[in-house]
Amino acid sequence: MLNLYTRRRIINAAGLSVSVLAMLFGLFWLCWILLTLLDHGLPALTPVVFAQMTPPPGSSGGLLNAIAGSLMMTLVGTLIGTPIGILAGTYLAEFGQRGWMAPITRFINDVLLSAPSIVIGLFVYEVYVVKVKHFSGWAGALALSILVIPIVIRTTENMLRLVPSTLREAAAALGAPQWKVINFVTLRAARAGIITGVLLAVARISGETAPLLFTALNNQFWSSNMNQPMANLPVVIFQFAMSPYADWQNLAWAGALLITVSVLTLNIVARVVFRQSATTH
Amino acid sequence: MPMFSHEVRLKRQAVFDLLFRSLTRVCAFGVLALLAAIIVSLVVGSIPAIHTFGLGFLTSSDWDPVNDRFGALIPIIGTLITSGIALLIAIPVSFGIAIFLTELSPRILRRPLGIAIELLAGIPSIIYGMWGLFVFAPLFADHVEPWLNDHIGTLPYIGPFFSGPPMGIGMLTAGIILAIMVIPFIASVMRDVFDVVPTLLKESAYGLGATTWEVMWQVVLPYTKVGVAGGIMLGLGRALGETMAITFVIGNAHELSKSLLMPGNSISSALANEFNEAVGELYTSSLIELGLILFFITFVVLSIARYMLYKLGQREGHAA
Repeated sequence: MLNLYTRRRIINAAGLSVSVLAMLFGLFWLCWILLTLLDHGLPALTPVVFAQMTPPPGSSGGLLNAIAGSLMMTLVGTLIGTPIGILAGTYLAEFGQRGWMAPITRFINDVLLSAPSIVIGLFVYEVYVVKVKHFSGWAGALALSILVIPIVIRTTENMLRLVPSTLREAAAALGAPQWKVINFVTLRAARAGIITGVLLAVARISGETAPLLFTALNNQFWSSNMNQPMANLPVVIFQFAMSPYADWQNLAWAGALLITVSVLTLNIVARVVFRQSATTH
Repeated sequence: MPMFSHEVRLKRQAVFDLLFRSLTRVCAFGVLALLAAIIVSLVVGSIPAIHTFGLGFLTSSDWDPVNDRFGALIPIIGTLITSGIALLIAIPVSFGIAIFLTELSPRILRRPLGIAIELLAGIPSIIYGMWGLFVFAPLFADHVEPWLNDHIGTLPYIGPFFSGPPMGIGMLTAGIILAIMVIPFIASVMRDVFDVVPTLLKESAYGLGATTWEVMWQVVLPYTKVGVAGGIMLGLGRALGETMAITFVIGNAHELSKSLLMPGNSISSALANEFNEAVGELYTSSLIELGLILFFITFVVLSIARYMLYKLGQREGHAA
């Protein structure tokens, strides 16, 4: 029988080793996935990918229309979602001290933050696609903007709360009306954090597939008309990866590498360049 | 005159104030309206299915588009089982990662390693799906599943869950991939709540001679248990609603089988696979009702998660 002290030290060492193993376990998957992507994606990532349209089955081509479609929908989704998110976040941080609506809004927003994105796709299908009777780029952008809003609200509110009240009081004491205080002082002071939130939101929506399945659908051809079904990288990857054709699967890997690299770059830029901690779980 | 113009200007600013305030308020309440709109539209969309199948929808394992008979039992069970497997794996691993990041890691490594784990959450779910289908599933089928069959599949009680043809795709694979996806969420909440434990409390325990492990188990964990539970529920909410990764590897079979190695289906993957091909009002409506059920389950789980995190935040005097 070991004495108590030795036993406690053994338990401690065992527990801490397991914790180190857990950390390595996490990093192991990250490395494995990234290496797989580089392994399969790099050979497939030729200039043709950026120059040609998505091919019919069994022939080679590129991803140009899908890349363009993804960029357009992400841009429009961000442009719709960001102002709404910033204004709503401003309300929660600056005006929401009293009353019952603000706490409930905050709570619902936090729930929507991690709500299943496929349900958002269903929602936009029900209220938009069914009404206009066709899939479209607008519907896709709308679904993406609904994903952007909660993220931007959360970071905006968090960042505004970090702005010291003395700054607001100083501006108010100079005679500035509240709307000027908020727009020209507090929002400016919180700018870096809010940009971080927007970047994280862009990173989140640029890889989203589920909400686009029933909204933007897909398009084999070049289309810059947002009122038409629109090609986009995630859905093309889904369709091509599930197909039996080697050409399509290679393109899917190229697309997967592109998406992952851009999403991870956005994430790193958001976190490293704008060092403020913007928690968006 | 100067007095007069000053008053006009003051009034105009008061109007601007009111306008700006109303604008932000409209946007904020838009969130509530959005939630209401989501619920209403899903309910309206699933009325035909609710009308036809009633509560039996929840307990029926039918899924027969040809004869228009639908039931949600198999996707619901698939969703719950895969999320359950994910949590079983993710909770201990996340706990370990959080301990490592808050207590063990050298200062210089803390931030890069934290970011690395968060990058795991940044990888789009479709990438997990592709990697799972093309890389993980074949390896799993060749090396792990035969071993499971031979060693665990023969045990009494739990054996039947682990025996079956080694195909690689199935509920167990889906659960494992889900686990990798939710680890970063749970781990980062755990790390954040561990960080709010007052240093004084930890140092007192160390001063009494406690080991690091004892401090974690007997001081930090009891102090933060509400927040930790909240983080776990948050991970569960994510796992339940995860779509693309599951769709690739679960096999999409409307069958109820005892073995975790067999293909199954989840609510989200049924939606992703069948919604665009669904013909007929009842088929579409049944799928929308599946979406409604998924939204309801995740809403409840996420509400509990948020409530727990708020409770911890209130005790700390700031939002966690």
